[in-house]
Amino acid sequence: MTEDREIVIRIRSLRNQFGSHVVHEDLDLDVYRGEVLGVVGGSGTGKSVLLRSICGLQTPKAGEIDVLGTNVLTASDDQRTALERRWGVMFQDGALFSSLNVRENIEVPMRHVEGLDKTLRAQMADLKISLAGLPYLAGDKFPSELSGGMRKRAGLARALALDPEIVFLDEPTAGLDPIGAAEFDILIRQLSKSMGLTVFLVTHDLDTLHATCDRVAVLAEKKVLVSGTMQELLDVDHPWVHEYFHGPRARAAMAAIPAMKGE
Amino acid sequence: MVTSQTQISQSDGTTKIALQGAFSLVTLTPLVRELTRAVADGPVTVDLSGVTRLDTSAAWAIITAQKAAKAKDQPFTIENPSDDANTVLGAVRKALPKPDRVAPAPLTLTDQLDRLGRTVASAGRFILELLAYFGLFLDRIVRSIRHPGDFRFTALVHHCHEVGVKAVPIVALMSFLIGVVLAFQGSTQLRQFGAEVFVVDLIAVSILRELGILLTAIIVAGRTASAFTAAIGSMKMREEIDAMRTLGIDVAGALFVPRILALLLMLPILGLIANISGLVGGGLMSWIDLGISPGMFQTRLIENTGIWHLLVGMIKAPFFALIIGIVGCHAGMQVGSNAESLGQKTSASVVTAIFAVIVTDAIFSIFFAQVGV
Repeated sequence: MTEDREIVIRIRSLRNQFGSHVVHEDLDLDVYRGEVLGVVGGSGTGKSVLLRSICGLQTPKAGEIDVLGTNVLTASDDQRTALERRWGVMFQDGALFSSLNVRENIEVPMRHVEGLDKTLRAQMADLKISLAGLPYLAGDKFPSELSGGMRKRAGLARALALDPEIVFLDEPTAGLDPIGAAEFDILIRQLSKSMGLTVFLVTHDLDTLHATCDRVAVLAEKKVLVSGTMQELLDVDHPWVHEYFHGPRARAAMAAIPAMKGE
Repeated sequence: MVTSQTQISQSDGTTKIALQGAFSLVTLTPLVRELTRAVADGPVTVDLSGVTRLDTSAAWAIITAQKAAKAKDQPFTIENPSDDANTVLGAVRKALPKPDRVAPAPLTLTDQLDRLGRTVASAGRFILELLAYFGLFLDRIVRSIRHPGDFRFTALVHHCHEVGVKAVPIVALMSFLIGVVLAFQGSTQLRQFGAEVFVVDLIAVSILRELGILLTAIIVAGRTASAFTAAIGSMKMREEIDAMRTLGIDVAGALFVPRILALLLMLPILGLIANISGLVGGGLMSWIDLGISPGMFQTRLIENTGIWHLLVGMIKAPFFALIIGIVGCHAGMQVGSNAESLGQKTSASVVTAIFAVIVTDAIFSIFFAQVGV
């Protein structure tokens, strides 16, 4: 893709290891500003580990990770805090705090903002709830009262609370019914466009890849084997990549692109 | 962070607000304040030409101000928005229309009475459910006697080990210490009357009748009722119970009977161990503190303590065991599909079990006093 775009996440020779089991070795990856990057790979190829490494939840054995110009691994606590306010993370099941209702959940990151009073904060939370496509009254509900899809949307709303520049989404459509998943795909796409978000999403869902991602990175053989647009990846003849993008489910998903991309 | 500025100028009665820089949550409060003031003054023009970044909160502030102006029939124009700003404004505008929040109605007296009634009814229902579990347990015991092949003997042995054998050290230690404390406290009091020797009766009666079995039951309620609830509750949470039902496995027979029966067998034994180690602790302390030799302690104990003191204690053991087991299993089955309810029910089962044990003990005390043993 274009080389002149700003790189917001730069990973160089990353190595992740659990005991003697090497998950990543010499992994390089660039994410550009404003794009939606999908990370795919077979089970156990360390997609989630990669996401956790970038967010600082997992310390890699070696390598460099720069996010928005800050080295995540060597950053001081203050730098990290500043950085964490510029990204949002949505975990697989939303990871909402069960003792707080949805509105309070979304207000949690906003509490660090100085000079923001309670009413304004609640109004901002309601705005994020609505932006994430939840019905307005969902703010008063507790996470246990929500369906899986709503919890994910609430998780996304919390990730968006501070209007971050980057959002990380872990399996955003896993466990959703096809209609809910398709709606979520559209939502991600819309938000990334309207808010200028960079989206880093880990997924298994071929439909999501087709519907939302500008670029796809394939994790295999402990590194990012290839990355590029869907079209570019279709031409890669690595056996796993070929199987992934040309299998029966991939063909079915591809048949549906024109309908979904026509935004 | 990039700084932001607002420049306010007046011309022909129109307030012009020029925004410059990056606007986000951090700058929201002053922005809202300025916009509200400007709208209150009259027509407003917002110039976005100098904006480098406009986030949804700033867009929200502008749009709500615009709505407020519209409500007052005042002009409110947004000038020179960049494409990015325009998309953000559009997204926020689309997300905005919504009904106002309905304030919850204050609680009336009827509501509170209603709530009280429901609480009482649910307490009654809870006791009925426990009775139903007791009935279920008896039914399955009878069934196992008729069909001994179905009985889960391995599970029973396993639970006996968990519930009984593993609890021996803590029960013995606790009871030993209680014996020591009783002897020590008793001797300081009784010495004033020169009745030190009655310390033996004090220890024997209080440990054998009450403390030995009661404290054992409390400890067992703490460690076993919670374990039952956690084990059954996590199976409930992961739908294992449902799977058992669809496979035609009798949940009560498979899960409740071995657990409750294990408690029923083990609690009397634990109580006996507690009694013995309490007497040993008391005897040791009397020897050290009062010079009552073990031989003398033994003689006084056997001469002055009737067998009923021991029986009064031991009779209570099976009742306590049933209470702990049934409360633990029942709470486990109440666990919902989330982890919070598991934690909630586990602590609730311990509290209920201990409370019920103490209430039962009080009832027994009255009963034995009336019967005269």
